[in-house]
Amino acid sequence: MSETLSGLLTLTVLLGLLAATHAPLGGWMARVFTDDKDWRVERAVYRAVGVNPRSEQTWRSYAVSVTAFSLVSIVVLWAMIVLQKHLPFAQGTSGMGRSTAINTAVSFVTNTNWQSYAGEVGTGPLVQTLGLTIQNFASAAVGIAVAIVIIRGLARQQTHELGNFWVDLVRCITRILLPLAAIAAVVLMAAGVIQNLAEPMTIHSLAGADQQLRGGLVASQEAIKELGTNGGGYFNANSAHPFENPNAFTNLLEIFLLLVIPFALPRTYGIMVGDRRQGWTLLGLAGALWGLSVALTTWAEVAASSGVAGSMEGKEQRFGTWASTLFAASTTGTSTGAVNSLHESYSPLGGGVILTNMALGEIGPGGTGSGLYGIVIVAIITVFIAGLMVGRTPELLGKHIGRREITYAALYTVVTPTLVLAGAGASLAMSGPKSTMLSHGPHGLTEVLYAYASAANNNGSAFAGLGADNPWYNLTLTVAMFVGRFAPMILVVALAGSLVAQKKRPATAGTMPTHTPLFLGLLIGVALIITGLTYFPALSLGPIAEALS
Amino acid sequence: MSFTRQSVAALRMLIVLTVLLGIGYPAVVWGVGRVAFHDQAAGSVVRVDGKVVGSSLLGQDFTAADVFHSRPSASSYSGDTSGGSNLAASDPAQVKAIADRQAALVKDGDLPADGLAAPDALTASASGLDPDISPAYAMDQAPRVARASGLSETVVTKLVTEHTSGRVLGFLGEPRVNVLDLNLALAAARI
Repeated sequence: MSETLSGLLTLTVLLGLLAATHAPLGGWMARVFTDDKDWRVERAVYRAVGVNPRSEQTWRSYAVSVTAFSLVSIVVLWAMIVLQKHLPFAQGTSGMGRSTAINTAVSFVTNTNWQSYAGEVGTGPLVQTLGLTIQNFASAAVGIAVAIVIIRGLARQQTHELGNFWVDLVRCITRILLPLAAIAAVVLMAAGVIQNLAEPMTIHSLAGADQQLRGGLVASQEAIKELGTNGGGYFNANSAHPFENPNAFTNLLEIFLLLVIPFALPRTYGIMVGDRRQGWTLLGLAGALWGLSVALTTWAEVAASSGVAGSMEGKEQRFGTWASTLFAASTTGTSTGAVNSLHESYSPLGGGVILTNMALGEIGPGGTGSGLYGIVIVAIITVFIAGLMVGRTPELLGKHIGRREITYAALYTVVTPTLVLAGAGASLAMSGPKSTMLSHGPHGLTEVLYAYASAANNNGSAFAGLGADNPWYNLTLTVAMFVGRFAPMILVVALAGSLVAQKKRPATAGTMPTHTPLFLGLLIGVALIITGLTYFPALSLGPIAEALS
Repeated sequence: MSFTRQSVAALRMLIVLTVLLGIGYPAVVWGVGRVAFHDQAAGSVVRVDGKVVGSSLLGQDFTAADVFHSRPSASSYSGDTSGGSNLAASDPAQVKAIADRQAALVKDGDLPADGLAAPDALTASASGLDPDISPAYAMDQAPRVARASGLSETVVTKLVTEHTSGRVLGFLGEPRVNVLDLNLALAAARI
């Protein structure tokens, strides 16, 4: 079988799996967030936490809950990282420096999972399991909760009630993430991913050299790392490490896991707003962007493989080119940031496409929850622009997109580009940050641009040649991750607050339908044009200049 | 609810989640591993005469002339910190690394007649622990291994063929040869 046929078959099977799970999972998620009954275990949690699951929150109260939960998470995780050397199960880890610890705590709570430490050195099993694994669940659930809030904003009318954050958080974990992660973890383990508490052991290998065999509770973390579009590797090499991703089967499973929730959420949207066709348009945008990036990345890397050394630098033999590019396009399209190959060693165009995936604002299909609310923002801007063009009142699902709504949406779209371009620009203007770059010229620019695009869009993958473990990068990337996560989230919750108060206007002959292929075309156009206008100058100096030189 | 009250609820929530997700969930998966998938969960350890000599999932830094070599590694297969070179193809350091590796292959006599090395023989993997090489690279090494080990080339070639794994389920990933497995079989054949 040829490499091309194998790659296309892999893609077909992946699409089949995603198609088969789209409706059941999307429907299940809609039921989870509209169910008026609690499970017994959930009631126990609410009692322990001291919240009334039947109370509804306004947008302000919901935003305060999101912020409070995330800030407390950051402080607790930071304390755990700083204190780990003094806690049990440290297994001789050397821990992290001060700025690295802050960076890591914010990184995992914001669902970014940027790692300026090496997993083998910076974290013992206690922090990995009690600190990082929990945030892998919690940050994913927070993203989904906020996505549900914007859906409720569109689905409900003339109220201030947007649901209860604690209920959304708990249900997302108990009914969606935990069951799926547990199944995935067992399958991954059966296929070779490790799950043990062994101390690092130095052996005399068959090759005659010393080799360190490491243990870890990897399978349980790997499953939620992909399912929650987190991406923080147990080991430094992330999903390229054979203990995290031992063969082409686990590789396909991991790609499936990171796509399954983001691609099912448009279904949840369609069901909850009472018109499934609306979900199809959003799915169409996500699918088109993902498909385009898979095609372009694969084309670029296959084209590069005709050189003397092929394109195997930074790729694993068991995956080869196709299974590496499929992973790369999916991990950057979903804000996951796990890697099974080194993005910095990609060809200029391949690296440029995966950078653009993040620059698009993580909407193809985006992270768990964050992808969906990002797509809804694009839809709002699209109805607004289309409304201006044809002189109709901009409306989405009967909700008027007025001055307040478009202000929130517009602010949403400028937050991350500002962080990315300002951060990268400042780093390149100073000699200190410039000196830790691995590459120079256009590739060096891409390296720094990639770091800030990854942080601000909460992706977490890297052009890892950049020496980012120093106070400048640690702290500026921390700001990018924090602001890039919570400013858009709060804007989305505020937007939901203003939408939910409105009465739904009945559709008339003058209403622009938002479920048609025409609207899908407009959506794709708007997403690409906004990103193009923002990033084209930077991209042309980075990957495009490198590809042309 | 005020920010303070919400923060107290947040802290309590975090404690509950720690018990459920930080202890309960990994422990259950660990337990299933102990019972049903002990070898995999423990790291697919390979033993010779009861002594651990590696993991079938991790490559090793084979350098002797009478064994098969793994791919170049940015971390010499040490196993402590995994990772790759991160070098772009256009980087002068990468151009030099490829030239050096090509020269080493020439010196070892591992280059096929057409002079074109297998891409995996010239490039470092992402993990630095790649356990596999391509069937082409294994075949290219067979004459040298046969010469140095005193085995006939037919026997060595046959071992390579026997230890070549196809694509998973017939279509996933790339064909590959696990170097540790192959070298263990080679050692057995020499006795």
